[in-house]
Amino acid sequence: MKNWVKVAALHEIPALGARVVRSNHIDIGVFRLEDNRIFAINNSCPHKGGPLSEGIVYGDKIACPLHSWKISLVDGKADEPDVGQTACFNTKVEDGFVYLELKD
Amino acid sequence: MKLVVVGNGMAGMRTVEELLKIAPELYDITVFGDEPYPNYNRIMLSPVLANEQTIDDIILNTREWYAEHHITLHTSARINRIDRKSRVVYAEDGTSAEYDRLLLATGSKPFIPSIPGKDLEGVLGYRDIKDTNDMIAAAKIYRHAVVVGGGLLGLEAANGLSIQGMDVTVIHRNEWLLEKQLDKTAGIMLQKSLEAKGLKFHLSTNTEKIIGDESGRVKGVYFKEGFELPADLLVLAVGIRPNFALAESAGIHCDKGVVVNDTMQTFDPRVYAVGECVAHRGISYGLVAPLFEMAKVCANHLANYGIGLYKGSVTSTKLKVTGIDLFSAGDFTGDEETEEIVLHDSVGGVYKKLIIKNDKIVGGVLYGDTTDGSWYFQMLRDGKPIHEIRDHLMFGPSAIGDTGHQGQSQASLMTNEMEVCGCNGVCKGTIVKAIQDQGLFTIDDVKKQTKAGSSCGSCVGLVEQILASTLGGGYAPPSTSKAVCGCTEKNHEEVRAEIRTHKYLNIPDAMRGIGWSTPNGCATCRPALNYYLLSTWPHEAKDDPQSRFINERVHANIQKDGTYSVIPRMYGGVTTPDQLRKIADVADKYAVPMVKVTGGQRIDLLGVKKEDLVNMWSDLDMPSGYAYGKSIRTVKTCVGSEFCRFGTQNSTQMGIDIEKAFDHMWAPHKVKFAVSGCPRNCAESGIKDVGIIGVDSGWEIYVGGNGGIKTEAAQFLCKVKTHDEVLEYSGAFIQVYREEARYLDRTVHWIERVGLEYVKQRILEDAEGRKDAYERLLYALQDAVDPWAERVKNREKYKEFEIIAI
Repeated sequence: MKNWVKVAALHEIPALGARVVRSNHIDIGVFRLEDNRIFAINNSCPHKGGPLSEGIVYGDKIACPLHSWKISLVDGKADEPDVGQTACFNTKVEDGFVYLELKD
Repeated sequence: MKLVVVGNGMAGMRTVEELLKIAPELYDITVFGDEPYPNYNRIMLSPVLANEQTIDDIILNTREWYAEHHITLHTSARINRIDRKSRVVYAEDGTSAEYDRLLLATGSKPFIPSIPGKDLEGVLGYRDIKDTNDMIAAAKIYRHAVVVGGGLLGLEAANGLSIQGMDVTVIHRNEWLLEKQLDKTAGIMLQKSLEAKGLKFHLSTNTEKIIGDESGRVKGVYFKEGFELPADLLVLAVGIRPNFALAESAGIHCDKGVVVNDTMQTFDPRVYAVGECVAHRGISYGLVAPLFEMAKVCANHLANYGIGLYKGSVTSTKLKVTGIDLFSAGDFTGDEETEEIVLHDSVGGVYKKLIIKNDKIVGGVLYGDTTDGSWYFQMLRDGKPIHEIRDHLMFGPSAIGDTGHQGQSQASLMTNEMEVCGCNGVCKGTIVKAIQDQGLFTIDDVKKQTKAGSSCGSCVGLVEQILASTLGGGYAPPSTSKAVCGCTEKNHEEVRAEIRTHKYLNIPDAMRGIGWSTPNGCATCRPALNYYLLSTWPHEAKDDPQSRFINERVHANIQKDGTYSVIPRMYGGVTTPDQLRKIADVADKYAVPMVKVTGGQRIDLLGVKKEDLVNMWSDLDMPSGYAYGKSIRTVKTCVGSEFCRFGTQNSTQMGIDIEKAFDHMWAPHKVKFAVSGCPRNCAESGIKDVGIIGVDSGWEIYVGGNGGIKTEAAQFLCKVKTHDEVLEYSGAFIQVYREEARYLDRTVHWIERVGLEYVKQRILEDAEGRKDAYERLLYALQDAVDPWAERVKNREKYKEFEIIAI
C-alpha cells in the first residue's frame, strides 16, 4: 500500500541542504540537491549513528558531520573503503510540495 | 570505445584503476601482459626472496578483479607489433586486439652488459617473479652466489640469497656501494654493517668474463683486476633500462624511452604511455610514486576530462636494505658553491649530511636514523629558507609534545601490538598488514583503508615511517601538489589569487571561473571557498550556510549523539552573579545533562537538542561565544594588577577589550588569545595563537603558539608600550593570517610555512602596512551581528532549527 505523506514545501528545504522529518521516533533526513532532486534516507550514519541531515551535501552525497563518512543519497551506501548502508525512502515533488513514502 | 593496455604491471594497471574510478563505462578494456601472472607488486619481490612474503601475498589485482570490471586479460602474451594505421596490436601467440586508444606501459628490463658468458645457465637478471623463483630454486642446490652490481637491486638480491643460505659476494665497479643514493661515508657504513651480516664485497672491481662448466652452467667469474671467484649462480644487477623497443618498432618517437608530453600522450595522439618505459622531459623514473602521479594524469585524459598535467617528480629514496634505514634525496654530494652540515656518530651508527645552497636544502643523506627524512625532503621541495632553524636543523623537528602514541617517534622501535593512531585505535601490526595485503603505496591509501592518521593527524609521521620501511625501496613520499581537494588542480594560494583578481563573490561563480571539475565541490573545498570569499570581499561576498560545517551553520557545537553544546560569550573570562544565575536557570529549564567549565574559561551547557537552541538563546540573552567556529574563540586572562599582588598590568581589562574588538571574526581556523599580567604567565600565553604578557614597561606579544595535538611554544613577535598598540599589532597579525593562510591552517602552521621573519617584516617593519591591515580587520568586523540574537529575532528565516513532525 502506498503511504505518501506531505512533508514540506520545496522552498522550505534549502538547495544543497536538508530537513529532518520525525515519524514514529525515526528521524528521516530529506535532502535537496542543487538540481532540486529530493532524496530521503534514515537520518543515521551507518558508522556511529551521526545525524546525516546536519552534514554537507555535494553532488548526490552527504558527508556525515561526525567523522566525514561519505554516504550516497541515492542508495544509502557508504563510499568505499567504508562499509555500511542506511535505509532509503521514496520521494516525489508535486505542485511545489515534497512527499515522502513511509514504509509500513 | 576500445582501450588496449600493453603491459600488465603496476603503472598500467594503476592507470586503469584511476580510469575506472572516474569513467567506469567509457571503454572496453583489454590488457596484455607477457608474464603468466595478473598484476603484482614488483616492489615486494625482495621480501619474497627473503622468505618474508609469498607470491600470493603480492598479487595486487586478482583474475577475479579483471573479470569483475569486464577487463579482458591476456597473460603470457607479449605484444610484438603495433599497426598504427589500422589500430591493431598483435601478440606473439597470434592474439590481436583493435584499439581506439592505446596505453603503453611496458616498464623496464634489466640491463645485461655484453660480458662473455652472460648467456650461460645460472646467469640471471633480477626483475620478475620468474627470476625470483629461479634464485630460490638455485639456492636449494648451490652454494656460491655472485651478485654483480652494488646498487639497490643488487643488495636486495644479495641479502635475499644470503637468507636463502647461499654464500654471497657482491661485485661493484664503484668505490662504494649505492653511489647513486649515498655518499662515500654512508656507503662505507652500509658496507660494514652488511659485512657483519655475512655478505662479502669486492669494490672497484670489473667483470671480465663468466665461465661455465661442460653442461653449460656458470661455474665461476674472472675479473679485470686479475682474480676469480667460484659462482654457481650469478645475478646481474647493474641497472634497468626503459623498455621501449615495441614503441620504437611502431615508429613512435623514442629517445631513451617513449617520449611523452605533460598529458602522457606520445607523438601518436591515440597512444599514451606511462611508467618506467617513458621519457618525460628527458627523464625516466624507476620509483613507484612518479608512476602513480603519471597514472592519475593519464587516466584523466583518457577519460576525456582534459585537465591535469604531469610536470615531473622530485624523487627521494628511502631504502630498507636488510633492516638498515637509509634516506637520500637531491644533490647529496655538493660542490664548491654548497655548504654541508654533518652529524656523524660512527659508534652509534648514525650519519646525517645535509647539503645547503643559498639558504636552502638541496640534498642530503641519512643513515641509521631516517626519522626526519620526510621533513627534510618537504623543505627541499618547498625550497624553504632554513637560516631561522639552522642551529637545530640536524636534530629534526622537535618531537616534544607529540601526543597520542605513547611518546614514540620512531616506528622501528615499536612492536606490532603498539598503538600508532590513538584516535582510531590502530596498531602498528594492522597498518603493516594492510600495506602488504592490500598493496598500499601512499599515506592517503593507508589513511583511507586503516583510518590511521585520518583524524587528528598527529601520527602521520609514524604512519609514513611504517609505510617506508614496509615498502623499502618502493616508497617515495607524496607529491607536494597542494591542490585544495580532488575537485580542482589549483592550490589554496592560486584559488585565493583568482578570487581577488576576478572579484568572485559567490561559490558558483568562483567554481565556474576557476574551473572546478565537480558541479558543486565537496565537503573539503566548499567550506574553504566560502571562507576565502568572505575574507577577501567582506560585506560583499555572499555567505553560503550550506558550505559551512554544521557547527558554524547552527552556531553550536555538535556532539557524538547529535546534541549540541552552548557556550555564551563571557568577555575575558569575567562573569557576574546575574549571568551565573541566568545560566543556572536555563540549565534547569532545559534539563541540561552537563554543565562544564571549558579550557578557555567559559561555561559550557552540554547535551542540548537542536530544536531547543533558539529558545535557549532567547532565555540566556547573552551573545554567542563562537566556541564552535573557525573564528575568534576566547581571550583567556589571569587576574592581573587589579587584584594580584604580582600583577604589573591590567590583563583582564586588556583581554575584555581584545575580545570585544575582534568579536565575530572568522578565520582559517580557530584563534585563541591569552593575556597574562606578568611574566608568571598564569593565562598560558605561551601556547596561544596570540599570547600577550604584561611587563612593568609594557606588553610583550607572542604568536603562533598551540596547545593542541603538537604543543608549540609561541614565538616572540615584539614588545609594545600601550593598550592601543596591543590591539593594533595583534589585530594586524591576525588580519594578515586571515588573508594569507590556507583554510584549516592554525597560525603556527602558517608561520612555519612563511617564516617568522616574513611576519615581522609585515607587522613591524612596514608600519603603514600594519595600520592598513588593522583597518581592514576593523572594516571586516564593522556592523557584525550576534548570530544567536539574529536567530531569536528572525525565527521564520531559520527553518533549519525546526523538526518536521508527521
